Amino acid sequence: MWLKFEQRPEPSKVMTYLSPLLAVGLMFLSGLILFLVLGKSPVEGFKVFFLNPLRDSYGVAELFLKATPLMLCAVGLSVGFKANVWNIGAEGQLLIGALAGGWLALHFEGSTSRLLLPGMIVAGALGGMAWAAIPAFLRTRFNANEILTSLMLVYVAELMVSWLVHGPWKDPDGFNFPQTKLFSATATLPLLLAGTRVNVALIFAIGALVVGWIFMNRSFMGYQMKVAGQAEFAGRYAGFSAKRSVWIGMLAGGAMAGVAGISEVAGPIGQITEHISPGYGFAAMIVAFVGRLSPIGIFFSSLLMALLYMGGEQAQQYLNLPSSISKVFQGMLLFFLLGSDVFINFRPRLVRRRK
Amino acid sequence: MPTPTSDTPRLAIRGIRKVYPSVVANDGIDLTVMPGQIHAVLGENGAGKSTLMKVIYGVIRPDEGELLWEGRPVIISNPAQARSLGIGMVFQHFSLFETLTVVQNVALSIPGKLDLDPLAKRIEEVSERYGLPVDPRRMVHALSVGERQRVEIIRCLLQNPRLLILDEPTSVLTPQAVRKLFETLRQLAAEGVSILYISHKLDEIQELCHKATVLRGGKVTGTCTPAEETPQTMARMMIGVDLPACSHGEPEDGGEVRLLIQGLSHATDDPFGTDLKDIHLEVKAGEIVGIAGVSGNGQQELLRAISGEEPHADKRAVRVCGVEAGHMNAARRRGLGMCFVPEERLGRGAVPRLSLTENILLTAYRKGMLFAGLIRFGVAKRFAEECIKRFDVKCGGAHSEAKSLSGGNLQKFIVGREIMQEPKLLVLAQPTWGVDVGASSFIRQSVLDLRNSGTAVLVISEELEELFEICDRIVVIAKGTLSPSKVTSETNVEEIGMWMSGLWPGAKTQGEATHVA
Ligand SMILES: Nc1ncnc2c1ncn2[C@@H]1O[C@H](COP(=O)(O)OP(=O)(O)OP(=O)(O)O)[C@@H](O)[C@H]1O
Ligand SMILES: [Mg+2]
Repeated sequence: MWLKFEQRPEPSKVMTYLSPLLAVGLMFLSGLILFLVLGKSPVEGFKVFFLNPLRDSYGVAELFLKATPLMLCAVGLSVGFKANVWNIGAEGQLLIGALAGGWLALHFEGSTSRLLLPGMIVAGALGGMAWAAIPAFLRTRFNANEILTSLMLVYVAELMVSWLVHGPWKDPDGFNFPQTKLFSATATLPLLLAGTRVNVALIFAIGALVVGWIFMNRSFMGYQMKVAGQAEFAGRYAGFSAKRSVWIGMLAGGAMAGVAGISEVAGPIGQITEHISPGYGFAAMIVAFVGRLSPIGIFFSSLLMALLYMGGEQAQQYLNLPSSISKVFQGMLLFFLLGSDVFINFRPRLVRRRK
Repeated sequence: MPTPTSDTPRLAIRGIRKVYPSVVANDGIDLTVMPGQIHAVLGENGAGKSTLMKVIYGVIRPDEGELLWEGRPVIISNPAQARSLGIGMVFQHFSLFETLTVVQNVALSIPGKLDLDPLAKRIEEVSERYGLPVDPRRMVHALSVGERQRVEIIRCLLQNPRLLILDEPTSVLTPQAVRKLFETLRQLAAEGVSILYISHKLDEIQELCHKATVLRGGKVTGTCTPAEETPQTMARMMIGVDLPACSHGEPEDGGEVRLLIQGLSHATDDPFGTDLKDIHLEVKAGEIVGIAGVSGNGQQELLRAISGEEPHADKRAVRVCGVEAGHMNAARRRGLGMCFVPEERLGRGAVPRLSLTENILLTAYRKGMLFAGLIRFGVAKRFAEECIKRFDVKCGGAHSEAKSLSGGNLQKFIVGREIMQEPKLLVLAQPTWGVDVGASSFIRQSVLDLRNSGTAVLVISEELEELFEICDRIVVIAKGTLSPSKVTSETNVEEIGMWMSGLWPGAKTQGEATHVA
């Protein structure tokens, strides 16, 4: 007897939604095995990793804090992904957004204008869009593959941050640490709940999910992008511009990543350092796919991904595991998701081996 | 185990039933095919013919019923198994990979590893022997539907099948190719191959098939010997009533020019495409102009240039309703009052995985379906429901996915969507491709009505009979050039047929295009 995969006459709707849950389940299971192999008690490991982070309201608030940039990036990316626009450089767009908004904060240091903060958010979005516009331009003008160009620009952005905080933007009173001055109170996002670190960026993120849902499900532009993504020739037959789909897909991702970036530096971090993002821009791609590119799904999957980040920190503290453990879990989640997605189009069958 | 003799049916099916959520597609179907028999399966669009064939080929699992292959009960659970039994099938909707070449596509359906070069030779041999010319090294996406169909047929023949299933194989073949195919099929039948043959062309069935089974609403409603019937009697068996005759009315004279093509030349990027050379054409309000021609002579290129799917550098080459439109994309040309039915329905005329309502939006969104950039789904849904009703599209409802419709029903839906927008200029490619006789005559009548109300209509079709039935003028396309036009009543099938090989008076001299109107 052996297992054989047989094409389904049509993709299974049930499996489309079951597959992320299956992937999460398999990730938990392999996590337990991983703890065992590392010589830790699986029960203890599970507790530390997945339950510890949520044991009090502060933990829950932290969960939402970490989910915020993921939600923002993922909803922006999903707009492009639906139209087969593969922006994988959200991480870079996030950093440039942080720089653009951060520059305003540093330049108008001491300002008490109420316009500063909104200006920073807008600058963040514009910065992310500008960074995303480069691959969009190269794709529409020269047909350069946006997967490569957007990814390469991540490294350029990282180096740019590094150069600025080591050089021109370094805080002169900062004991030579590679970081800028702390942003003033007017340039910092107000908190939502006293005693926690959750700030208004969470509202932006939820707003982005709602707007994203309306765009994808109710707007004609979203419809055109769906058509372009599913059937190129039908898009051309209808006269929908393929270039416009690329631009909108890339810019939506860039804008949201930029807002995520500025929200981090004007939020929990409070200044620009070399470590603005622990890979939120990359993790957001996993979030988008686990959430089935739907804003509702993304809401939940970003919470899960945030939990993986927090679990990693806990595991480092209490289990003496390296912090990269959370990357391992992210990787497993993506791996199992891709594996489970096979069941959407194929069904497994046991067949007797024939001679 | 019974040894197969000539009395043992090659295939016998008993009580096949297949239920879809919205419809019983097959309802207790019995059918027997003898060795060497060419057996027709007849029925209206949505009668369940393709579904039954897919059951036999192992694509669809039936809910009930059994199959006997040469007397032995078998369960065919996938196409590979069907092929290993000796069953070959040409699908109604093509199953080729567009990004591969012809020979790569053929190689995929043959188990095991093999060299492409000898296979390409075999393809060339078979295509020559059976009069189905294709170049094995071409990419499939660059082929016209007629050429794709040839590839599908050749792919089947290469496997030396014992039962060959052909689901509307001739819908886009030229008359000569059909002749050649029939010879091939007769030869195969004489060698003992059984053939299941689906077509809406009743005269073909009468000429070719030994026996016919008629389906209606998923049930067998009768069998007959086509040689003893006439197309009219068979049509009555299929639809239950006599066919209405088309009422023509008179073409309007001296209407304004709605489509004007002047000196359109276009070199294709596709090495196997056809260059368009100095095309001149005009279509006036209130007339139907037909373009006849053998597939692959520049029809696709011309259609793309007219529809705006491939805009042209020269603005003036194409004028729609008096406006220079050569540079406009398809949406802007639609804004000028043009509608267009393309030859591929799935993937071009409709998005397979979207609902019918969403497919209405593809081209009809100008009909009040948008508000401030948002979609008014209610309006689109009403339009879809109206289209389903007026054009008798058999489906689960406006929410059904386009790909769940039978071929002919999807065609009716797309034609309906374009006609219901009341265009000033309507361009149709193969308007009745795969549509049953009743619906064909309905579509033709709708087109005639539209012309009578003042629309300019351009029809590109390989079916000469259809062109002669509805067109006021006919032009011929050959090797990327257009012949002068002929008033339909002043010409005949023989003359146009000869022109189709490029031999019209003044051809090749790059002559000025005359419009004998
Ligand atoms: N995947 C599907 N899901 C739901 N309904 C389906 C599906 N496939 C076919 N049907 C329905 O089953 C019925 C029979 O379809 P089928 O394709 O067998 O018709 P047909 O006789 O081949 O018609 P045509 O002449 O138009 O090709 C139709 O009403 C069709 O809408
Ligand atoms: Mg069919």
